[in-house]
Amino acid sequence: MIKTLGLRLLASLVLLIAVPTVTFWLQAVTPGNVAQQILGIGASKEAVAQLNHQLGLDRPVWQRYLDWLGGFFHGDLGHSYVTGDSVANTLGGRVGVSLSLIIGALVVFSIVGVLLGILSTSGNRVWGRVIDVVSTAGIAIPNFWLGVLLIGVFAVQLNLLPATGYVPPEQDAGAWIASLVLPVVALAFAGITGVAKQTRDQMLVSLASPYARSLRANGASEASLIFRHALRNASGPIITVLGLIFVGALSGSVVVENIFVLPGLGSQAVLSTTQRDLPVIQGIAVYFTIIVVVVNVVIDVVNTILNPKARTA
Amino acid sequence: MSSVSQRFRVLRQYLRRPLAVVAAAFLLVIIVAVALAKVIAPYSPLEQDYSAVLSGPTGAHPLGTDQLGRDVLSRLLVGGQVTLVGIAEAVVVAVVIGIVVGLVAGYLGGPLDTVLSRLTELVMAIPGIVVLLMTYALTANNPHAGMLVLGLLSVPTIFRVTRGAAAAVRGETFISASRVVGIGRIAIMARHVLPNVWGPIIVNTAVLAAVTLGIQGGLNYLALGVNPPAPSWGGMVAEAQTALQQQPWLMVPSGLVIALTIAAFLLIADGLRDATDTSSAQSAPVAAPRATNVVDEAVTTPPEGALLAASGLSVAFGGTTVVREVAFAVQPGETVGIVGESGSGKTVTASAILDSLDGSAAVTGSVWFEGVELLRAPKAVRRATRGSGIAYISQDPMVALDPSFTVQSQLGELVRRHHGLRGAAQRARVLRLLGQVGLPEPGAIARRHPHQLSGGMAQRVSIAMALAGDPKVLIADEPTTALDVTIQGEILDLLRRLRDETGMGIVIITHDLGVIADLADRVVVMYAGEVVEQGAVGTLFAEPGHPYTRALLAANPIASERGKPLVSIPGSVPRPGSWPTGCHFAARCPFATDACTRAPIPLAPVPDASGDHASRCIRIDAVLADSTDRRVA
Repeated sequence: MIKTLGLRLLASLVLLIAVPTVTFWLQAVTPGNVAQQILGIGASKEAVAQLNHQLGLDRPVWQRYLDWLGGFFHGDLGHSYVTGDSVANTLGGRVGVSLSLIIGALVVFSIVGVLLGILSTSGNRVWGRVIDVVSTAGIAIPNFWLGVLLIGVFAVQLNLLPATGYVPPEQDAGAWIASLVLPVVALAFAGITGVAKQTRDQMLVSLASPYARSLRANGASEASLIFRHALRNASGPIITVLGLIFVGALSGSVVVENIFVLPGLGSQAVLSTTQRDLPVIQGIAVYFTIIVVVVNVVIDVVNTILNPKARTA
Repeated sequence: MSSVSQRFRVLRQYLRRPLAVVAAAFLLVIIVAVALAKVIAPYSPLEQDYSAVLSGPTGAHPLGTDQLGRDVLSRLLVGGQVTLVGIAEAVVVAVVIGIVVGLVAGYLGGPLDTVLSRLTELVMAIPGIVVLLMTYALTANNPHAGMLVLGLLSVPTIFRVTRGAAAAVRGETFISASRVVGIGRIAIMARHVLPNVWGPIIVNTAVLAAVTLGIQGGLNYLALGVNPPAPSWGGMVAEAQTALQQQPWLMVPSGLVIALTIAAFLLIADGLRDATDTSSAQSAPVAAPRATNVVDEAVTTPPEGALLAASGLSVAFGGTTVVREVAFAVQPGETVGIVGESGSGKTVTASAILDSLDGSAAVTGSVWFEGVELLRAPKAVRRATRGSGIAYISQDPMVALDPSFTVQSQLGELVRRHHGLRGAAQRARVLRLLGQVGLPEPGAIARRHPHQLSGGMAQRVSIAMALAGDPKVLIADEPTTALDVTIQGEILDLLRRLRDETGMGIVIITHDLGVIADLADRVVVMYAGEVVEQGAVGTLFAEPGHPYTRALLAANPIASERGKPLVSIPGSVPRPGSWPTGCHFAARCPFATDACTRAPIPLAPVPDASGDHASRCIRIDAVLADSTDRRVA
């Protein structure tokens, strides 16, 4: 068990280095002059050359990569082209905002998805139809439209919740939650589908299995079959899907933060993109990868605990 | 089947689904309208009409205008070009690369396959948005670059489908045959593998188009991959957001066209999935078990003194009868064997008695337990019978226990359910049950999970589970088939001992006459959904009254005479739905005459026989005479 977990951790480390490396080389091999783009087309050759020198872009690529990698291992992610601030400083205050949003969405799509999945499993055909409709709507209604619709209804028309903005929890916990409700719903909506489907499919497989048949014939109650046996056996596959959906939600958070003007990593990512501020985007790639790695490790640990074969092997 | 006629078949299948046809028609209208945008758009997308700002739908502007007085319909039509071209770019990149790499990985296998599969896992683990943002930053917001990169990020979807299908096809005989004939690998892939995997690929391509539209819309909303004031569908949602207070209507056209187009792609994918699925006619997901339909009819009285009895028990699935008019009875302490080949209906009969058939089954007739008719009994009565009246052990012990729980946990659950015991009392009862089924160290076994048990131990635990409610009847479906020969005898000994100790009745279902000879008092022989013969084991083995029973005995290594060759039965069991009118066995029977096939044959007492020996054979006299002749000879 410890050996498999160790291997997974090693794979995670590879991912942690691989993603920034890929993005680094992507940027290195792409034609285009960063300094020229920052200064605009009208800038003089001298100014461009000077900025290139200032940003260290006139040195060989491999040297820049080694420098960057060395810094990366010391926690130094470089400096913003635009503000000159360190990337860690630029992003540090924004991580909490993004985590609030993403973890909130994870909680919502996990709970709602599993509940819908259970409801559609427990015999009622109406719920089966509901899942089918929700699953199409989950993909068809994109988060940016849903987000704006939510603002239109709950902020503009009903005036129940703030349309945009973010309040830190240490300032006002109630306002913090209120500022997160709509963004979390907009981000979670697409994930509900996948969780509900996986829950239903896995529970039906379990309920049709020989052990469910034996338990039922020997007196186990329907409630125990669904909530104890089927749900327990479905939990591993459900958690694996939660991990995949979470990675998708991370991408979705970039859009959702911009809809609701939340000062998280995603808003910074889009701002830096329009400003061609590559070190900051690169830094965000690192932060996102760390989040993915942590979630993967958590999922592996939970799955190992849930799976008696892995635990006792 | 030629691939042309196959494609026509797929088209016909697709056209049968109204929703999928509507979706395809809608998409076609969108594509044509967007392609002709320059011609049919009433205004230029950038033309500003300050006299009609935020107008809402009017005669002049059917979908209204935005805050600069620009015509929404015209902007949607022109903006659709960016959208549809972008989807095409991303999807083509993903599909072409995904197919090529997937075919190579799936068909060739080996280390290359491993490397490519790991690489796709890596791509799937990174949040794609970061790579997309990097691309836009590096290419000065170039729309094509973004969509090509999105295509690259989507390669894993198509890769996995193609790889899986190619790997599955690789093992099939026609591929090996082509290889033997000397057709090159690329030729094999192009000619044989690709036609077999295109179904799943096009389905996933449609899904991919839907997902791509959603992502692209989000990017355009962020003004990435499009440069305002140039219109785009996603960008129009962003513009609508700024006018949310003044004109909420603006939200509708832009968002709805995106949602409907995505939905159209998904519905097309569903239609294609159903139409191209050749593997099984019904690809519906496993249905949740629900109440079986019991067809009402005259209820006869229960057989006197019987613990468990079936009479006139028939089961049909979708109008096709699979079990017809089965009747038998079990007395306390008695073991009844139901014997037959696979397809004889013996397991369906047991499932009907246990009420574990799914909702598509129609059950007629009666099942009596201690004088109570179960098929029409209230749910609560049936529920109370499970485990404490009738218990069950299944065929394969390795899958009959819930893999996620310890023996203590699942056995304890049944003990609590039947006896209300908790804590130490429950644990003591569990240990006693495990001891009762002959497990040497009950305490250690109770702590184990099913995967830590051997087959024989697992079957003993299964029997303990069945005993937890002190049942009066035990139904055992092929309880020894999945076990080692050495263990089989031990399990049969255990069942015999438990029967003698507890006085419960046993119904044992088997294809093995040796098991019947070992354990059963009476035997019911089933063939093609019917009882063909029944009687006491001794009588039936000595003087089989049905040609099928005779053939079974002759084919059985245990029951057959030493020194004589085993006789196999020519032909095969007729399938439900194609049963003959007369005797079901006639086609394989050496005694058959014309009369056998004319009308249904009744189950009738065997002439001059002791007890309740009965046979479904009108040639019974010839059969018995032949047996006597052989014995004399």
